[in-house]
Amino acid sequence: MELTSLTAAQIRDDIAARKVSAQEILSAHLTAIEQKDPEVKSYLALCPDRALEQARRIDRLAAQGKLLPPLAGVPVAIKDAILTRGVRTTCASRILENYVPPYDSTAVARLEAAGAVVLGKTNCDEFAMGSSTENSGFFPTRNPHDPSRVPGGSSGGSAAAVAANMATVSLGSDTGGSIRQPAALCGVVGMMGTYGRVSRYGLVAFASSLDHIGPLARTVGDTARVLSVIAGRDPMDSTSAGVPVPDYEAALDSNIQGMKVGIPNEYFADLSPETGDNIQKGIRLLEKLGCAIQPVSLPHTSYATACYYIIATAEASSNLARYDGVRYGCRAAEFESLRDMYKKTRDGGFGAEVKRRIMLGTYVLSSGYYDAYYVKGQKVRTLITRDFLEAFDEVDVIVAPTSPLPAFKLGEKLDDPLQMYLADIFTVTASLAGIPGISVPCGKTRSEPRLPVGMQILANHFDEARMLQVAHAFEAAGGFEID
Amino acid sequence: MALTEKDVRYVAELAHLHLTDEEVNQFLPQLDSILQYVQKLNELDTTGIEPMAQVTYPAGSNPAIREDRVAPSLSQEEALQNAPESAPGYFRVPRVIERE
Repeated sequence: MELTSLTAAQIRDDIAARKVSAQEILSAHLTAIEQKDPEVKSYLALCPDRALEQARRIDRLAAQGKLLPPLAGVPVAIKDAILTRGVRTTCASRILENYVPPYDSTAVARLEAAGAVVLGKTNCDEFAMGSSTENSGFFPTRNPHDPSRVPGGSSGGSAAAVAANMATVSLGSDTGGSIRQPAALCGVVGMMGTYGRVSRYGLVAFASSLDHIGPLARTVGDTARVLSVIAGRDPMDSTSAGVPVPDYEAALDSNIQGMKVGIPNEYFADLSPETGDNIQKGIRLLEKLGCAIQPVSLPHTSYATACYYIIATAEASSNLARYDGVRYGCRAAEFESLRDMYKKTRDGGFGAEVKRRIMLGTYVLSSGYYDAYYVKGQKVRTLITRDFLEAFDEVDVIVAPTSPLPAFKLGEKLDDPLQMYLADIFTVTASLAGIPGISVPCGKTRSEPRLPVGMQILANHFDEARMLQVAHAFEAAGGFEID
Repeated sequence: MALTEKDVRYVAELAHLHLTDEEVNQFLPQLDSILQYVQKLNELDTTGIEPMAQVTYPAGSNPAIREDRVAPSLSQEEALQNAPESAPGYFRVPRVIERE
């Protein structure tokens, strides 16, 4: 089997059994990147020296017959919104185009402690703001299934790299769907855990009450393995939860007989018909596997996008105030005063979508509007969260589409920002409520070009294990290739 | 209530963004349409509903306070290494206090 098609488990076991070396695995991936990435453009930077040092370390351990850690030799791509010490990290923004972090994010540190080989940094929408990776300050990434189409966003590079076998697993970030949606559009697995499951230390902040770091992979098993490695309390992130981390991979069980699956009727309006067909087939498969399917209602669903774009932009306007040309990042070349420096630095360094969101956020927080927009938004957030908590009294997991449509053409949605926002409708809800969600491949559209469709599985707070079980059983029964 | 050019310029000022006239003209209809859309939330009666700023968990599962002990952190050198302008031990910025 191709070294670039192996799972994380296979790589680690093959290295331990001395069937292959970590350096050979690395080399195969760097070659794949050289061959495919000029067209896909998933990477912004590679760190081959760091990768080689780690691969050599793993090979030494293997030669000594030492027990190898769970991600030994596994090539991993890191979204450029996540800090890597000594490796340029830009968040796909020109304002950070020369930024070299002096520390690693906790998630990256944990991956490397588990033996993972960091290949490089992947492209995304600037400051994670977008659903197509077209807002990158550098260039758009292309969908490996059809290069005239978007990979989704904001973690488009991370999804494309895994889909095109240019990394075994990757890390992305999800604020309103930025892991789940590109996973769906690229035909891979992508999940975010409960808010606070994975430390945000070292994730460039967009919206602090909504941001998550999470894994993307080609299998549920690999996704579970990475989650176990990166999850857990971190003293550097006071919002990270002190809830124990189970071995998510060991807990995967193909038997989901009797699992109560809720289908929310609100998530089946305004769907492209092909997406709807595939999801219905997916639900039938779950029924065949013994799940008890029942309708549930999440009545405040249609208010979620408005709620999200008030709260997320408000938090972003605060978080992005730090980009002022003082401590890091670019500084404008000419200015007349300190304030002028701030204004010209920011205007020159930020792209249009980032400016739009900063302005929206500033407006909704400004005096006279704070109660009408921001506080109102927070109250609606309570209602949306209650919808889920009440639904989980009746069912174990909720199943729904991830995205209302498959990958759209590059440039198709750039004229009207609001249209792009409306494509997030099925993913912003879980972010607002802080519950975990995963997107798994669920076949492809019928007509050419055959594009991936993603199915979303949502679970209650800290119930990732159950969510992963359903995803794994679905995969084992052939759900990913459903036709 | 439609957004005006004055509103856009005011908000840009608050956000320390220097917008060109072209940008103001481009953003005005876009921001207006988004703000019109989010008015949707006024359809909901939220009397008596607690606002939710973030997801919170029971105190036991989230011990956020640590002991007040000094521990290693970034060195001054590391903290300054990305500065657009610096001198030993500090960041350099344009004059903060205006002189008459």
